[in-house]
Order: sequence, then structure tokens, then C-alpha cells
Amino acid sequence: MNIKVRKIIPQLITVLVVVLIFGFFTFNAQINMDNRGIEFGFGFLSQESSFDVQFSLIDYDGSHSYARAYLVGLLNTLLVAFIGIIISTILGVIIGIARLSPNYLIERSAAFYVEFFRNIPLLLQIFFWYFAALRALPLPQDTEPMFGVFFLTIKGLFVPRFVWENLDILFYSILAAVISIIVIKNYARKLQEKEGKQLPVLYISIGLLIILPLLTFLIGGVSLNFEIPVIKQLSAGSYIYEGGLGIPPELIALTLALALYTATFIAECVRAGIQGISKGQKEAAASIGLTPNQVLKLVIMPQALRIIIPPTTNQYLNLTKNSSLAAAIAYPDLVLVFAGTALMQTGRAIEIVSITMLTYLSISLSISVLMNWYNKKIAIKEK
Amino acid sequence: MNKLNFLKPDRQNLSTFLYIGSFLFFIAVFDVFLTSFFKTNITSFLPNILSFLLPLILGTIGLHLIRIEFSGIPKLDLINKNINTNHFNAILTLLIIFTIIKSTPPILSWFIIDANISGDTKEACTGSGACWTYIKIWLRRFVYGMYPNDLQWRINISFILLIALAFVGYFATEKLKKFLTLYYVVIYPIIAFILIYYLISGGSFGLMWVETGAWGGLSLTFIVSFFCLIFCFPLGMFLALGRRSTLPTLRYVSVGFIEFWRGVPLITVLFMSSVMFPMFLPEDFFMDKLVRVIIAISLFEAAYVAEVIRGGLQALPRGQYDAAKSLGMGYWKMHIFVILPQALKLVIPGIANTFLALVKDTPLIFVVGLLELVGMLNLAKTNPKWLGFAMEGYVFAAIIFWIICYAMSRYSQNLELKYKTER
Repeated sequence: MNIKVRKIIPQLITVLVVVLIFGFFTFNAQINMDNRGIEFGFGFLSQESSFDVQFSLIDYDGSHSYARAYLVGLLNTLLVAFIGIIISTILGVIIGIARLSPNYLIERSAAFYVEFFRNIPLLLQIFFWYFAALRALPLPQDTEPMFGVFFLTIKGLFVPRFVWENLDILFYSILAAVISIIVIKNYARKLQEKEGKQLPVLYISIGLLIILPLLTFLIGGVSLNFEIPVIKQLSAGSYIYEGGLGIPPELIALTLALALYTATFIAECVRAGIQGISKGQKEAAASIGLTPNQVLKLVIMPQALRIIIPPTTNQYLNLTKNSSLAAAIAYPDLVLVFAGTALMQTGRAIEIVSITMLTYLSISLSISVLMNWYNKKIAIKEK
Repeated sequence: MNKLNFLKPDRQNLSTFLYIGSFLFFIAVFDVFLTSFFKTNITSFLPNILSFLLPLILGTIGLHLIRIEFSGIPKLDLINKNINTNHFNAILTLLIIFTIIKSTPPILSWFIIDANISGDTKEACTGSGACWTYIKIWLRRFVYGMYPNDLQWRINISFILLIALAFVGYFATEKLKKFLTLYYVVIYPIIAFILIYYLISGGSFGLMWVETGAWGGLSLTFIVSFFCLIFCFPLGMFLALGRRSTLPTLRYVSVGFIEFWRGVPLITVLFMSSVMFPMFLPEDFFMDKLVRVIIAISLFEAAYVAEVIRGGLQALPRGQYDAAKSLGMGYWKMHIFVILPQALKLVIPGIANTFLALVKDTPLIFVVGLLELVGMLNLAKTNPKWLGFAMEGYVFAAIIFWIICYAMSRYSQNLELKYKTER
């Protein structure tokens, strides 16, 4: 009896406190909204947004709806996150391995990089790249092209644009190549298990990946042209590049800062993962006659990845969340477009902030669900 | 074959290889040194690309020649083992040495040689380097924000008092030691709040009232991080205990709370505190911007602290719980005297990382219009009298933040060593 009461009372109190807080908030929100004459609801999403966004991956202008503006922001956020994750992974892995190098100078340089970029606030780094470093770039008319086709100017990076014809056929061919590679890989594994024969799977896959898309160029009518950016005078003293693909300086500054900052954390994850494998594993693998490459591929990496991947995914999540700092340098991401401009125009604080938070929350939660599933899959199965 | 063997360094001709190798290596370094420091290219008679690559080629050959195993010279062996194990390593070593030499002159000239610090106006900056005059003139603003100049002693005094009070622990006698936790967790924050409320904010005892909008600069960074640090730690601890609790409602509420705050970026939390939170309060209820921000950041960081502490709780072996229970300890006694002291010791690095993240997150309060160091920099940058010194400002702030964060991480490493117990 006593124990039961002691278990129930704290729970009752918790529930009561939570309900009271939520009730208090809803009550006040109701009164406040009544006073301001706002109705709670998501109907505003289909209204015309009537504001423009500088940089958008999909067709968008002021005549589209707020829902479309939300999509533009979300896509821009995902774009930054995607590029940032790729760059920071490459950089992080290189630096993490460099930190384990037997070469003293390399190890120290990597350590210096990590200590340097990790201890400076990300926002400061973004500001530095955007307001100080990229502002030192030349004006469009003074720019020297890099390799003849890239133009790095104060107004952004201009690169050639690919002009595809019949792109879908190319996609199908790549898909076919990937599927056949999977089939061949399975077949090769079975063959090795049954008869001990080894197929050169790597060469076959590379060959397939090159030959099938190439065939579409020859037969399928796929063609690729480059559209090189050309300088154009807008007015006296004002130039801009036309054609090609313009990458705005906000995007460059943001991805650069995010990638450099996150790479330090990924480097530490990689280092911890490789250090976590005991020396005995390496020696045992070498003593049964595996080559150094095989040791790395078959013994060290599978075990190290088990340690590396969970914290690294966490860093990817952090990067995605940190990309919301874009608002500080006016890169039109989810926070700036939706929680900034759209909120100012509609004044619907509760709806918009909750949608924004829910978006980030669902990205995080879905990734952590995936992570848990992956962790369970690769966990050592103990008998 | 003999000719090839001639190029293979061995111990027979040790001194020959050593002299030729080190000579080539030093020529390479000397060439780079001359080009970067004195802008004279001694190999200008060669084609451009060759002249550019020559130091690398010479250096690689030099390092190859001195790569002699078991030479018997301890210093040479040390060099070979550490920076010269194979060709790839030798090239990387050379590249790093060259980069350091090449980047020294521009950095030195920007920071010191061509920099200016004299004068009071923009015109005093004539050199091509940094304009430290800008930092000098704006230093007061960067440290105190818009706080009135003649009242800044109030901030100084309260900070000195707070630092002094933080060291009380070192002078406590054995008898008072057991009250230290109580002091740091309850009394010290209250004193700090009173100090900041009455001294910095003012408004009573004849002190002029200074609104929080005028606070700013580095002092605001410290105030925000200090209070968030104090609040988020106990909150995180309770959340961690809640998440490990056997009572389902408590557990679900904690899990929901933690996952919610960990899933959203801080900037949206600050947005929420500035535009959405006032909607949830009664109309005539006013809460200061700074207070709202501190609450928001504390709740946000508490979720991270909770996860770190949970890691510590999970790492403790079950035996500790069982032993405490078998001594007849209740839930609170068990946690206060047995579990938490051990768990917290384990997670010192994690907590330090969270606190570091907190300090690095403080610049984000620009979202609600509070300007700490980075915010003040952005304000100063747009001042028409001082246009064009963004670089100096950001470098200055970066140095300050780097020192703070690096010091914190070193301190946490010390703590970790101090409290390390063998198990």
C-alpha cells in the first residue's frame, strides 16, 4: 500500500504540472489571439505570399503560396546540409586519419586545425567568411577566370551549367547499372561460398557504370552541352554574369563555415573510432597473412565504423540544425524565409514557429530512428 | 644494378649521404625562405614551373638520402622515425614546412609590421595591415555594449565580486566543506542574481536604472553564459534522473522534453522565446528579453546536459545501485551519496563539451536584438565612420572566444585527471 502510494503520487504531480502549464499557455494564447483578432488555423498557407526569395531551387515568385515558400526554404536548408555533410565528411576523415599519422608534423597540423576551428563560435566563422573573406573578392568585371570557365567574384561563384537532353534515359541506364551490379555481387558471393572462385566484382561494376551510360549517349539520344557564364553589363559600372549556374556568396560562406567547423568534430569521431580498435586485431589479421589493404578493409574498418557512425550521424544532425544560422547572413533557408519573412507578413507566430520546429524535429527524429535501426543491425551479436 | 644501389642510402657511406642529403634539404628550405621573406627568386633562370617545384624536388631527394635505418646517430633516427618514414610522408613534411614558411610573412605583416594602433580616427590607419586603432577605439563598446560609460564600474565591481566569491571553496575549512555544494548550487546563484539585479541593472539604492537592451559586448556574453550554466546543470540532472526513473509518466515526460529540445535548432528556440512565448503569457505580464533568452538557452542546454549525465548513470555498474539499496538507502540518499558523485565524475568531459557549446552559442542572442560581442562587432562594422574593418573585428573576437574556449577545455582536462579514480 505504502509503496503503491509512493509510486503514484509523484506521477500524479508530474501529470498535473504538465497539464496545468499547457492549460495556462493555451488559455493565455486564446485570450491574446482573441484580443488581436487572429484565428488559429493553417489556412494562411494557401494564401499568396507576395514576397520574393533570392535563391530558390524550384520555381517561385511572389504569386505562389506560403506553402510553396515553406518548400523553397526547406529545400534550401537541405541543400546546405547536403553539401556541408559531403565536404565535412571528406575533410573530417582526412584530418582524423592525419591525427593518427606517425609523422609528427602532420599530426600537429591536424591537431592545430581541430583546436583552432572547434573553439571559435560557428556564427563568428560564418560572419568572417561572409563579411570579411568573401568581400575581399574582385568585382565581376575584374575577375580572372579559373580554368577558363569558373568565375569567383564578390557576387558569388559562377560555373558552367550542364544542359542535358533526354536526361531521364541516362537516369534509367544508371539505375539499370546499379541493379545489375547488385545482382552480380550476390552471384559472386554465392560463387565464392560454393566453389571458392573469385570474380573481379570491382572491375565489372566500374565497367558497367561507365559503359551503360555511355551507350545512352551513343544510341539513346542523350546529349550534354555546357553553358558557360558570360559577363553582361547592367549599367555603367555594374556587371553580372549571365547563363551558367550562379552560386550566391551566402551559400558559399555558409557551407564553408559549416563544413570547416563540423569537420573538426567528425575528425575526432574518426580518430576515436580507429583508436578504439585494439592493436591485437591488426596484428592478428596480419599474422594470418592478410595484406595491409585487406587488414584495413576486412578487419579494421568494419569494427571502427561501428564506433564512428553513431557520433558522426549526430554531427550530421548538428550540421543540419546549425544551418539555421543562415538567417544571420540572409541566405534564404527555412528559418529566414518562413520563420522570418512569412512570420513578419502574417503575424501568425504560433503556427509558423511550430511548423518550423516540427520540421526540424521530424528531420532529427527520423534520422535517429534510422540510426537506432542501423545500430541494432551492426551491433555485435553476442551468443 | 650497382648504379641503382649507389642511390640507395646505407650505413657504409653514412656521412656522404648525410652531408649531401641535408645540404639539398637546406637548399630547398632556404630557397622557399628567400622567395617568401625577401621576394628574391634564386632559381629565376629556370622555367617557371620548374622553379616553382624545385624546392619540393630537391627536398624530397634530400630527405630520401638521409633516410638511413639504424644509422646510430640518435637525432637522425628520431627525425627519420617522426617526419621521414617514406616518400609520401617526406613530401607531406616538406609541404607543411613550406606552408609555414610561406604564410609567416603575410601574417606577420598583417598583424604587426604593417598594422596601426596609434591615433583615434580611421585616417590614422595608413598601413596595408590591420587597423588596431579601430579595436582600440571601440574596445569599450565591445566589452560593455551600450552601457553608459560612467556607470561601467558597476559591471567591473560585480564581476570582480563574483569571481572572488567563486573561489570561496578553496578557503573553506574542513568543517564547512560539507556546505560547499549547497553554497555553489543555491547560495552562489542567488548572490549572483542579486548582484546583477541591483548593481548592474540598478534602479534602487540611488543607482540609475540601465535597461537590459543597453547591456552588451563581452560582459553580456559572460552574464548569459554564467546564468545558463548555473540553471541548465541542475535541470539537466533532474531530467536525466527522470529519464532513468521506473515511474512511466516521469520517464515519458522527461524523454519527450529532452527529445524535443535536442531536435530543434537553438535559433528557432530563440525565435520562439521572442515571438511565440509572449502569446502564451497573460497580457499584462511582462518578462524581460534577457530573462526570456536565459530561460530559453537554459532549457535547451539542459536537454544536452541530461543526455550526458544519463550516459554516466548508465555506465555505472548495477552493483553500485544494489549495494546502496542493501544498505537501506532510499532513492534520494542513494543518488546523492552513491550514484551521482560517481556518475558526474565519469562525464566531466561531456559536460565540459556541453558548456563549451553553450558559450559558443551565446552570439545567437542577436536574434532577439541583444548584442553581445559578435553582435556589437556587426553594429560597429556598419558605422559610417569606421567602414571596412570587418576583418579586424572578427579576428579580435575570434581570438577572445578561442582563449575562453581553449582555457575551458584545458580546465576540464585538469578536472578529469584530478577526479580520475581507478576502478
